[in-house]
Amino acid sequence: SIFSQEYQKQIKRTHAKHHTAEAIETYYQRYLNGVGKNAAAPVLLELANEVDFAPSLMARIVLERFLQEKEQAIPSKTLINSMLRDPSQIPDGVLANQVYQCTVNDCCYGPLVDCIKHAIGHEHEVLLREMLLEKNLSFIAEDQLRAKGYDKTPDFILEVPVAVEGHIIHWIESKASFGDESSHQAYLQDQFWSYWNRFGPGLVIYWYGFIEELDCHRERGILLKDCFPTDIVTLRHSMAQR
Amino acid sequence: GLKVLEQLLLQHPSVAAGGIHRQIGDRSWQILDFSIRISCFSIHLVSLSLLQKDFVPFLLNFLREQTSQILTNGPSTPAKTPNSKASGSQRTGSERRAGHKASLGSFLTATPDALPARRGRRKGGSSVGASGRQVARDLGRSLAEEEDGKNDSASWSGGRRKRSEVPLVSARSPPSQLNLNNLEEFPPMGAASGSAGCFYKPSRRINPTPVSAERPLSKPKMCFTSTPVSQSPAARFSSGTSLEAFTAVQEGNLTSVISNSLQEEREMLKKERCKLLHQASSPAGISLDPGTPTKPSYTRSASLPAESHLVTCANPTKVSCKKQLECLAQLYSSCIAENLVPNIFLELFFVLQLLTSKGTSTAEDGDSDLEDNERNASGRQHFRSVHNCVYFAVQVLDYQYEVISQLEKGMLKLLAENERIASFSPTLHERLRQAYESSTAKVSLLLPCSVQSVSFQPETDNRSNFPSDRAFHIFKKQRDIFYELLREWEDNHEKSGWDFERVLGNKIRAMMAHLSATCNHSHFARLFQKQLTQMCKGPIGGGASWGDTPDQDVLNMLGSDNLSRLKRLQERFVVPQSIRGPCPPPSFPGCQQFFRDFILSAGSYQFNQHLMDSLCLKILELNGLTLVEHEHNDGEADMDEQDEKKRFTVVLLSLRLLAKFLGFLVFLPYRTVEQPTRDLQDSAVALRNQTLPVLDVLKLLRQSIRDQRSILTIPWIVEYLSLVDHIAPFLDYYRKVFCLLLQVYRLMVLSEDKEMSFLNKLLILAVLGWLFQVGSCVLFCSCSVLSAFPSFSHQDSVPLVDQQLLYTCCPYLGELRKLLASFVAGNGAKNGGFIRKITPTAAESLAPKTSVTQRKLQVELEQAFFHNQPPSLRRTVEFVAERVGSNCVKHIKATLVAELVQRAEVMLQDKVKEEDANHDKLLEEVCTHLYEEGAQALIKGREFCKKKGPEAVRVLLPEETSAAVLNSAEDIAVELATEKACGWLSANIAALIKREVKATFSRMLKVPGLPLPGEDALESRRDCPPGCQHCAPFPSQIINEIKDVLCVAVGPRDEDEVIDCLWLECLLGRLSQTLRCRKFMCPTSEQQLAKCTVELASLLVSDRVPLNLGIKPPEKSSERLRVKNNPTYGLLKLLLSVWKEDFGTPVPVQLMFSKKNMGYLAEVQHREWDLFLFILNGLVEHELMRTGEVESCLRSLRELPWPSVSN
Repeated sequence: SIFSQEYQKQIKRTHAKHHTAEAIETYYQRYLNGVGKNAAAPVLLELANEVDFAPSLMARIVLERFLQEKEQAIPSKTLINSMLRDPSQIPDGVLANQVYQCTVNDCCYGPLVDCIKHAIGHEHEVLLREMLLEKNLSFIAEDQLRAKGYDKTPDFILEVPVAVEGHIIHWIESKASFGDESSHQAYLQDQFWSYWNRFGPGLVIYWYGFIEELDCHRERGILLKDCFPTDIVTLRHSMAQR
Repeated sequence: GLKVLEQLLLQHPSVAAGGIHRQIGDRSWQILDFSIRISCFSIHLVSLSLLQKDFVPFLLNFLREQTSQILTNGPSTPAKTPNSKASGSQRTGSERRAGHKASLGSFLTATPDALPARRGRRKGGSSVGASGRQVARDLGRSLAEEEDGKNDSASWSGGRRKRSEVPLVSARSPPSQLNLNNLEEFPPMGAASGSAGCFYKPSRRINPTPVSAERPLSKPKMCFTSTPVSQSPAARFSSGTSLEAFTAVQEGNLTSVISNSLQEEREMLKKERCKLLHQASSPAGISLDPGTPTKPSYTRSASLPAESHLVTCANPTKVSCKKQLECLAQLYSSCIAENLVPNIFLELFFVLQLLTSKGTSTAEDGDSDLEDNERNASGRQHFRSVHNCVYFAVQVLDYQYEVISQLEKGMLKLLAENERIASFSPTLHERLRQAYESSTAKVSLLLPCSVQSVSFQPETDNRSNFPSDRAFHIFKKQRDIFYELLREWEDNHEKSGWDFERVLGNKIRAMMAHLSATCNHSHFARLFQKQLTQMCKGPIGGGASWGDTPDQDVLNMLGSDNLSRLKRLQERFVVPQSIRGPCPPPSFPGCQQFFRDFILSAGSYQFNQHLMDSLCLKILELNGLTLVEHEHNDGEADMDEQDEKKRFTVVLLSLRLLAKFLGFLVFLPYRTVEQPTRDLQDSAVALRNQTLPVLDVLKLLRQSIRDQRSILTIPWIVEYLSLVDHIAPFLDYYRKVFCLLLQVYRLMVLSEDKEMSFLNKLLILAVLGWLFQVGSCVLFCSCSVLSAFPSFSHQDSVPLVDQQLLYTCCPYLGELRKLLASFVAGNGAKNGGFIRKITPTAAESLAPKTSVTQRKLQVELEQAFFHNQPPSLRRTVEFVAERVGSNCVKHIKATLVAELVQRAEVMLQDKVKEEDANHDKLLEEVCTHLYEEGAQALIKGREFCKKKGPEAVRVLLPEETSAAVLNSAEDIAVELATEKACGWLSANIAALIKREVKATFSRMLKVPGLPLPGEDALESRRDCPPGCQHCAPFPSQIINEIKDVLCVAVGPRDEDEVIDCLWLECLLGRLSQTLRCRKFMCPTSEQQLAKCTVELASLLVSDRVPLNLGIKPPEKSSERLRVKNNPTYGLLKLLLSVWKEDFGTPVPVQLMFSKKNMGYLAEVQHREWDLFLFILNGLVEHELMRTGEVESCLRSLRELPWPSVSN
């Protein structure tokens, strides 16, 4: 997870460099030359490794360029995504193979990896849900919240708030990743503060750990943990009801 | 007359006390007689008011002057007396200038044309025109007349004297006429200043009608100090009229600035204490009054001796002129007791100052300083020594015991421990000790809650409350931005150099622009107001300003962890402390500052208007709440009483907060830094008299008095009024409000009576007194017409106010205690340390809303039914009806509507599959179909209400309620609930269904790669097999592993890189387990697994997976055996079985025939086509594909460009 995030940061930094018109043209020409010599060789993948760029992203660049030439128009994002997900749809067999090779060989990007990430996230949400049920904490899950028309929705909202390590929490967000500086800042900005603004203080669980210094908003109402908390205090009368 | 008395008192101290007494008595006792009867009757008061006007301000000023030299502790307390520069007309130039200095307000606003206007104006007749300056001028004139008539008991102007001497005559005159006269002839009391003896202490005097001359808002300090006032305008002027200056003034920042500078000045004075002339060299003094370099020397500070920090020991045996002091104390106490002073707490503060006065050696030893040389020798016998001051103070305290004993416990403790009281009056000491011991009036410190957000409520905040998606989306952003700003402010606003406007101004205005673009102001105003209430109704917002160390029990409660938090909070909120006197200007302490600055920076007319609307509505709602409804005689009252108190506290504090902000907004457009000139004021008054008030406070005030609810209403109206601009008090409307408040104040005589609880009264007196000091009490002594209130009586008898609330509302009362505490500490005015915060234990109020029914008779019957029942019954029924009705709608939504939507989903799915239909049309069709069924909602709703209503009513009403009453109550509740629910449903059910179906439909269309066909058939697979332990590997794990396999297969790879065959088999086994356990599976994972396994199969049949067989295949084995032993068959079999048995989602096996995968196949040796055939057979056998499908796929292969490679 940490490696992946660091890698992503590096890719983000260099993203623009690979997307200049000249770079795209160079990559495309090199690809054409490469497959011209040997269609079976991992041309695209090697090209990506050589310029230190994520193979799936390289595949996307070349595919985009390819389609542009073929269709004489800028292809839609949906089409590109769909072709990346299922290279069989790519009209050129060689390119399809090349793209597929890039996809399966990419450890951080691409539809396959996205799916794995999604699956991991989902699995941890399920785990969290289990734990909540086990603790008898009633909650409203994200989909229910969406259905009610909430504009921003954490994974779980507790129907009856509890105190974790002395801090009241109203919601819990599960993050199946490592909480590093930049991703945490982004999450704070896009999600956690928004949740706070609507539901009050809450808990974020970074299942793969986090940088301890980031847990600095406890007083304010954003608590970080790397596991399901053990120190939970519930409202007494709701205990009595059970 | 008074002049004579004064002269007698001052000049002939040696005359037998009895004589003086008698002479004073001639008039004063008469006055007191009247004032004692005051509460009963207006007639007396009308006539009395003339006397009061003359007498009370005189008395107060007299006391201030007498004591000015001895008081070195705390800020000086303002006296009441109108003091006018004009009064100096008969004096020497220097004295006259001193006069200017004293009534700085007049001085500041005086324009060259002021004097010429003076005489002519008086006959003007119109009371409306009684502007501040005019009043001052008239005062001056009166003073001058007074001077003329010095030594003549008939010095009063003819008509007035007559009336005062013959009260009954005046009683017959129409009050209104008197009032006019009063306005014009406003107290000639400055007489005191005319006395040569007193005139040496001009600095002690403050015009009691400061409002008219000077805006308390813009000069916070002027109310209780004179010296600093001379600086505050300077500070203000130097900072110009910018927003910053304005806000600074507003929030009382200046106050601290001023007090700081005052401190500095004091330091300076200590050094140069004998060089009085030098004092005027302070920059402020020069800029303001360059012409009178010597006069400011008469300020109290000037005479402050270096040893002032040494407390002189007060000695009862050294008291002189006891008789006079007793007489004065009695007089003074009566004035306080009868509410003839504008602010009783100010007087108490003054008395405590006397009690704690430090005294000076000079004062004791004789007269060596400048003043004494100049003074009228007989001028200050009475209060020259500490002993006399203390004696007087103790006497007054004794008279005021009843009030004092109601103050909070800490205060009582300090009083009980005060050694001066102990030595001067052992009996009072004993009483105070007992009061302390029996007092339960502990004002406790509670931790303020930190910032909380306003929760998102779907009912008001979801998409359906916005006109467009865009508006909704933008508001979503605005909400986040708002809190971002709030957090930024919270983190930084106390850092030096942080400037609200500079940092947040543009962000706020950008936000306003967005709001305007989408007409989201009302949403934002509501959020803003809710956040304001949430953050500020607590103690921080209240800004308790009195220092104290937290009680031990509080500390214990907090624990060490919270203690640091507490400390931090304190650091955040404690302003440098000093005793500031009991009348601080209105301010926006703590978080309120953010909201005020936000409004100012936003500068948005639309936003302000929406906010005012919102505030008015909430104020009216809260003000209208029925908070007390049971009779307080019966035994069960205890619990209710507690609840009521709590509720009352919450409501009152909220109201005060909201009213303050409303006042701020309402008067904001008219606010000016400086007092407008007379002409501007006249035209402004003429203009603004035409406009209607935003909130009809006069009506509300009258209602509250009539309904005996003034204890709730007056405190917030005071907050509202404390923010009036310069002009507003002169408007007809607000003048009436002020007059009415004044009457209330006068009549609210403090005593234990059944009509109104003592503390209730104390609160009202405290807030009104404060308003009269800081607010716009233009007419304090002048509008005492009581005709409006024949039946004025207070029966808000329920003791709703306790000390906690009193001190929360009036944190400035803590000044009294600070003063005492600082005396104990012996460290003068400095008082650092903890601030006590008081949090009301909050309970949100519920506002029962009355449903309006159309059927008149039914309504009347219903009303009749409730009439003779306890009010709680009605509240319960209405509450039940409201809730049940609302729950009914929710229930229908969750059941019937949800059901219909589900059906719609199925229908839509079918139809979407069928044709590429017009989605809108499709939607319309389906909905129309459902509408008929929607009609069931009404039937179900009625059933629901009928079932739930009675249950709830029965639970909520007392067990003993008679059957008939219970039945009726149930019926009404059901009826009301049904009406509410069905009314809503019949109007909205169609729209609701449509909205929900539409939302579902668009969700349906949006889900990527929705596997439409065949999904229903697989529905049953969505549960884990029975007894599943959910211990299968996670889907993500499996995808990851398969990815690794694909990676090796697709290459590039090293020569020796192989995949262990057994391991792969095992992986497929685990895949099977994972697919069977549904717990962690999500659609995307499953689809991906399906896709990956198909890819894997393709690679297997193309012999692209470098399998390591584990055991070397026997070399001699036949070709046939080799095929049989080929583990790939086993793997393919496994895959086929997994596809068939374990997947809950369709497996895209047709991908095997994709160009890419066929490309792999095309490259293999012929032998391996066996594998392909094998899988084709398998697919058909396992019913994963039909033969026809396989054939058509194979046919389409022909269209592919086959490589020309041939084997």
